[in-house]
Amino acid sequence: MSFKILVLAKQVPDTRNVGKDAMKADGTVNRAALAAIYNPEDLNALEQALRLKSKIEGASVHVLTMGPARAAEIIRESMYRGADGGYLLSGREFAGSDTLATSYALACAIRRLGKVDVIVCGRQAIDGDTAQVGPQVAEKLGLPQITYTEEILDCNSSEITVKRRLERGVEVVKGPLPMLITVNGTAPDCRPRHAKLTMKYKHAATLTEKQESGSDYTDLYTSHPYLNIEEWGVSQIEHDPQWLGLSGSPTKVKQIENVVFTAKESKRLTGSDFEIESLMKELITNHTIG
Amino acid sequence: MNNIIVYLEIEDSIVGDVSLELLTKGRTLADELNCKLEAVAAGYKLDSVGSQVFQYGVDTLYVADDKRMFPYTTMPHTALLVSLFKEEKPQIALMGATSIGRDLGPRVSSALFSGLTADCTSLEIGTYEDKKAGKTYEHLLYQIRPAFGGNIVATIVNPDCRPQMATVREGVMKKEIRDPKYVGKTKKLDLAKYVADTDFVVEVIERHIEKSKLNIKNSPIIVSGGYGVGSAENFHLLFDLADTLGAEVGASRAAVDAGFTDHERQIGQTGTTVRPKLYIACGISGQIQHIAGMQESAMIIAINNDPKAPINSIADYVITGNVEDVIPKMIKYYKKNSK
Ligand SMILES: Cc1cc2nc3c(=O)[nH]c(=O)nc-3n(C[C@H](O)[C@H](O)[C@H](O)COP(=O)(O)OP(=O)(O)OC[C@H]3O[C@@H](n4cnc5c(N)ncnc54)[C@H](O)[C@@H]3O)c2cc1C
Ligand SMILES: Nc1ncnc2c1ncn2[C@@H]1O[C@H](COP(=O)(O)O)[C@@H](O)[C@H]1O
Repeated sequence: MSFKILVLAKQVPDTRNVGKDAMKADGTVNRAALAAIYNPEDLNALEQALRLKSKIEGASVHVLTMGPARAAEIIRESMYRGADGGYLLSGREFAGSDTLATSYALACAIRRLGKVDVIVCGRQAIDGDTAQVGPQVAEKLGLPQITYTEEILDCNSSEITVKRRLERGVEVVKGPLPMLITVNGTAPDCRPRHAKLTMKYKHAATLTEKQESGSDYTDLYTSHPYLNIEEWGVSQIEHDPQWLGLSGSPTKVKQIENVVFTAKESKRLTGSDFEIESLMKELITNHTIG
Repeated sequence: MNNIIVYLEIEDSIVGDVSLELLTKGRTLADELNCKLEAVAAGYKLDSVGSQVFQYGVDTLYVADDKRMFPYTTMPHTALLVSLFKEEKPQIALMGATSIGRDLGPRVSSALFSGLTADCTSLEIGTYEDKKAGKTYEHLLYQIRPAFGGNIVATIVNPDCRPQMATVREGVMKKEIRDPKYVGKTKKLDLAKYVADTDFVVEVIERHIEKSKLNIKNSPIIVSGGYGVGSAENFHLLFDLADTLGAEVGASRAAVDAGFTDHERQIGQTGTTVRPKLYIACGISGQIQHIAGMQESAMIIAINNDPKAPINSIADYVITGNVEDVIPKMIKYYKKNSK
């Protein structure tokens, strides 16, 4: 029996470690100054996928990512941790996509894969913090969804049971396959790279990467087909161009501003007994406290 | 037609604060756009919803009362909104940036091909000029939100697609009763016309929802601690001061991440937004993401041993000193001088 698990993962700029040089003088983001990382909650998603694979005989885990050529790193990183392979969706036609155009493109790519039993996404990507792409892909594919997964409690060939983490509590829900789930950051961390797998897959590459490296590894890739990372452009997916990229994005950015807070005139105090006592008296007298 | 619709979040027949806040904002926007404010209630045992929401200025309340609509699951609530929106063609649809709203919003927006902006911190009406197309749009919804980890603020618009959809976190907007006597129209929806039996595919087997124990958002005084407080033990000092003043204790993300106190107390962009009468920031440096959640406090006192801490620039009183020394003194001199 084959059981296909697909992880949707994104390479993102590391917005959590924004240094001083991350903002340009004109208030725009200097993307070059930010490291590109595996979106953190997508690693939680990968871990859930790998755990699911170990419980189901004949299951495989593949990763689909849409992004520039270098986003192939995400797929290799996934293989080092236990994924069986992946697909890179890349091309300038996808540029300028908002979450709707992104989910449309991803949904088209997923259709090409045929039957997928479980699609696993991160809850949200830290570059936009929108948490929209997962549910939108599910809607486009006509699949049900379970968001904020913390643990997959049970799964067989027709049903999945999941514990969800909500703002103020937890829920256990059950639904039919195929299903799309999104995984919360509170789920277990992803396992580290596995040394043997890292050795095995370090030469895994997309066609673009093979061409760019210039080295002649042709034999290697014919004798080791698992090292080929599939790379798809628009021509490999069935699509309607009007729903891709900018034209497929109903939201437009009107304006970007640097955040400025208006400074106040403040009273400066030392921590001396006298000054603290005066302050407390003042606050009591003007009814701020008490 | 072309009204503003707010999706109501309802737990145990009680409409959530986040929805009441959105109704308040929605009412202001509706007045500005000269349209109606409408609300959708989907759930079970909803008889009291009208009396809870009309006072916020709701002109029409759509009610889908059915045992199967509670607890919330994605597909039936999506189906209801998608068909209702196709019928009513609202120009704006608002929902809470909550576990439910962020599950439902994207699904609805995808089905209708209408743009959705998550986690807005401000909503305004304005014009948009599309220079490339040489077109000007009037009366669009400006969906304003932090981007790139809070380092910039972006204004997003949806020029062509309707409804213009946005989610907003609890506490970001203010809740205010418009007219306690106002009563709008109630329209009961025949669920079978909107939702198919096959939409009820996901089953909720178990559910533990806690009522929030804390009420930081509505506390008039907040004593908030950051990484500079140093330890969970030192946080007790903050609780002592809070007890003395009748305040709640808040925290920065760094303090929460360090395990000094629990996540429910986090204030800021990814926590709660507060606007108390008095905010005492103890050992908090004042990064953008923290300030975003407390800058509207009427009065701010900053206690920090670094005279150059960024929080100082927005504080009314800057106390340069150590938290461990200053807080006991505040307690001591408050007790001495009150009464
Ligand atoms: C996407 C994103 C979302 C975020 N959301 C939030 C959010 O919602 N809320 C939030 O708070 N942060 C948020 N952050 C994190 C934020 O950027 C800061 O990292 C965080 O607010 C810093 O917390 P802090 O001020 O307690 O710690 P620090 O920056 O480490 O500051 C500690 C301060 O304590 C002072 N200090 C040290 N010792 C003492 C002492 N003994 N007495 C007095 N003062 C002392 C120091 O001078 C310093 O100013 C977010 C970040 C990102 C990227
Ligand atoms: N370009 C992309 N390629 C693959 N997966 C993506 C992409 N963008 C978003 N996702 C998936 O959708 C989730 C939510 O993303 P977002 O809506 O951007 O917060 C992510 O955690 C990923 O699982």
